[in-house]
Amino acid sequence: MADLTTEFLGIKSPNPFWLASAPPTDKEYNVRRAFEAGWGGVVWKTLGSEGPPVVNVNGPRYGVVHGADRRVLGLNNIELITDRDLFVNLEEIKRVKADYPDRAIIVSLMVPCEEDAWKAILPLVEETGADGIELNFGCPHGMAERGMGAAVGQVPEYIEMVTRWCKQYYSKPVIVKLTPNITDICQPAAAAMRGGADAVSLINTINSIISVDLDQMAPVPTIAGKGSHGGYCGPAVKPIAMHMVSEIARSPETAGLPMSGIGGITTWRDAAEYIALGCGNVQVCTAAMTYGFKVVQEMISGLEQWMDEKGHTSIDDFMGSAIPNVVDWQHLDLNYVAKASINQDDCISCGRCYAACEDTSHQAIAMSADRKFSVIDAECVACNLCVEVCPVENCITMVEQQPGTTDPRTGKVVVDTYANWTTHPNNPSATAAE
Amino acid sequence: MNSQFTPGVVPKRLSTEDLSHNFDDLHAPLVVHEAAVAADRCYFCHDAPCVTACPTDIDIPLFIRQISTGTPEAAAKTIFDMNILGGMCARVCPTEDLCEQACVRELAEGKPVEIGRLQRFATDTLMKSGVHPFNRADPTGKRVAVVGAGPAGLSCAHRLALLGHDVTVYDARPKAGGLNEYGIAAYKSTDDFAAREVDWLMSIGGIAIETGKALGDALSLDAISAEFDAVFLGVGLGGVNAMGIAGDDLAGVSDAVSFIEDLRQASDLSALPVGRNVVVIGGGMTAVDAAVQSKLLGAEQVTIAYRRGREAMSASRYEQDLAASHGVKLMFNVKPNAVHGNGAAAEIELEYTQVTDGKLTGTGETMRIAADQVFRAIGQTLTMDGGLALEGRKIAVTDAGRTSRHGVWAGGDCSSGGDDLTVTAVAEGRDAAMDIHATLTGDV
Repeated sequence: MADLTTEFLGIKSPNPFWLASAPPTDKEYNVRRAFEAGWGGVVWKTLGSEGPPVVNVNGPRYGVVHGADRRVLGLNNIELITDRDLFVNLEEIKRVKADYPDRAIIVSLMVPCEEDAWKAILPLVEETGADGIELNFGCPHGMAERGMGAAVGQVPEYIEMVTRWCKQYYSKPVIVKLTPNITDICQPAAAAMRGGADAVSLINTINSIISVDLDQMAPVPTIAGKGSHGGYCGPAVKPIAMHMVSEIARSPETAGLPMSGIGGITTWRDAAEYIALGCGNVQVCTAAMTYGFKVVQEMISGLEQWMDEKGHTSIDDFMGSAIPNVVDWQHLDLNYVAKASINQDDCISCGRCYAACEDTSHQAIAMSADRKFSVIDAECVACNLCVEVCPVENCITMVEQQPGTTDPRTGKVVVDTYANWTTHPNNPSATAAE
Repeated sequence: MNSQFTPGVVPKRLSTEDLSHNFDDLHAPLVVHEAAVAADRCYFCHDAPCVTACPTDIDIPLFIRQISTGTPEAAAKTIFDMNILGGMCARVCPTEDLCEQACVRELAEGKPVEIGRLQRFATDTLMKSGVHPFNRADPTGKRVAVVGAGPAGLSCAHRLALLGHDVTVYDARPKAGGLNEYGIAAYKSTDDFAAREVDWLMSIGGIAIETGKALGDALSLDAISAEFDAVFLGVGLGGVNAMGIAGDDLAGVSDAVSFIEDLRQASDLSALPVGRNVVVIGGGMTAVDAAVQSKLLGAEQVTIAYRRGREAMSASRYEQDLAASHGVKLMFNVKPNAVHGNGAAAEIELEYTQVTDGKLTGTGETMRIAADQVFRAIGQTLTMDGGLALEGRKIAVTDAGRTSRHGVWAGGDCSSGGDDLTVTAVAEGRDAAMDIHATLTGDV
């Protein structure tokens, strides 16, 4: 039986599912409900310095990209850090941690880039008994304009500096949350490492305008006729986030740095994918905001079932297992040849494969008068477009061509030796194979 | 107040409330979100089979995509481009035998895209806005007579008016619409839809309708051929086939089409008499419409008696199931031998049938069932005699609708091409109009 218990940076939690720092973790009431529902941990919504808290807009904060039937595909928000008093938050954290000692509570922090500001708040956080802190260097709106959030996260030197202060004035694990609104995610990750960070968490939200209201001619959400960019999250950002996670896992400078994966995790499978790319746990927000806290129960049962099926007894068993298989394009095997194959028994004759291939790809699918569709091997480059547009899963598959057979497209015999672009004759900078 | 168990053919078997509920929309219209979800199921097939299956060739994937992107008005325009009676066809088409049967999702999962309901959503949206989406071409100075204001005639008239011709439509009945107005089940055309659709169609301009004028009396084909540049005949099938059995003339025995017509024109359904035990003879849509509506009016027992097997029935399986779900009993392989009763029908005698050497004969085994009302629904026949060549019992036409007489076209149920369906009639009217236009403007 799979054991989902994780020990991330020495912080134990009964499962790898944490709620990310966001509206669901803004106060005691929500966090208690989350723990009752089964969440393994929470990152408490970002605290700011002592004094009058920030204020949020009084108009709409969220905008969504919907799929059919109003499925939430992407969520955009312009909410700021907590707008509640620092000490109210700290008291609540202390109370909840005392009542749920087996769950992880991480406190997200964002104060000005001054040593005194961090020196002031860190002991207060230490007193709550929370398990660690997460530095919010990612918030892309509102706070960045005040020199915090993403404004820090986009300058590696600041990340390193602040992380160092935190390690100096705080005894427990320090996680640095990274903004994706940069060119190379390894730069801020490496800076966090140099500053002594115990881990990074990524990604924070992506700068976004979710849609334009064509009546008001203004971005959505619209407040008194105006809109501002927000932070994009939800299922739509998962591919972007996973790429960044994999880059940190593969970069020689940052490889091995513990990571907490964030970005569009909606099901157990999403979580398993992040863990396979090297994350020690995952953080969830949009799925909870869409479906409520109960959604974690599916994540737990699904991950357990899959782990049992694969024979994994712990998260560590498969953590990072996919990293070695993430390579640069130039190292892909150019001698591997596949062809699309259409299962006529499953085909419903919609013709989408034909339209896609004929209009936009390689004219490699033939259509008969009675709507039978078949692959023309002499034209098929195995691009996979037909597979992806086919409404019937597994009706079209990519079949590997066996060594010794001839690819009718190129007229070349398929070989079982590996060869990539670096040695390809068409590559002007190819190094001749010795 | 009577009840379902009151003997004889009587009105007021059900309360006004029950009747109004029974004759409400058979399928509730889709609301905006339902339409979006239903539209999303369309795969936007290449060279889509649903289009091939549609007698009017509506670009179904395109109009569904237009619905899914929030432009049902554009979707309606796509529909009306091919089928100006797309609103009625959305209600009455046997989609289960046409577009929805061809839908790849029917093959994939037995649950096709709801093309009919989506078409209604689009056409209702545009028609409700009061906009007529077509403008007439410059006047051609040509005048065309259309005889019959049913689906074929109206479709032909609209297309001709669109192309700049002036059209006069003659119809024998007091109202335009043909079978849309008089012949289909009430729950398929609620809120006087047929009449509203005619008004909307006419708003293109250039069409005059003269009702109460049947071909033959004061209106001869020779006279209108002489007066107009072209003539289109969409006169339908005016006669009802007789059963030719003993008791056919007893009170309580009548034509199903008359019953449906009375029902459609009734201002108060509770005043309409219906039998306690109703038997409908026939196997087509008219039989089903008469049977189901008898049940909805409060008949206790309703039976459809069809002389062949289920598979030969021209009413679709969907219509058969609809009848069954309303409590109508379907009897197959039985033919009527006689209606018995003292002045009024009381029982019908049925005999089982078999097919021997391709011929339908009685087996000799008979039964009697209670029947205080018997409806004949065994087909209609052409009653017009204009000296035109016939094919079978209908006016012979070419693909473009040309009859044997120069300058006279025909379409719809009265002509030889295609099934007797509203949508087929619309296609034939439209195509004849295009051929008339080409002929009058010298394009052929």
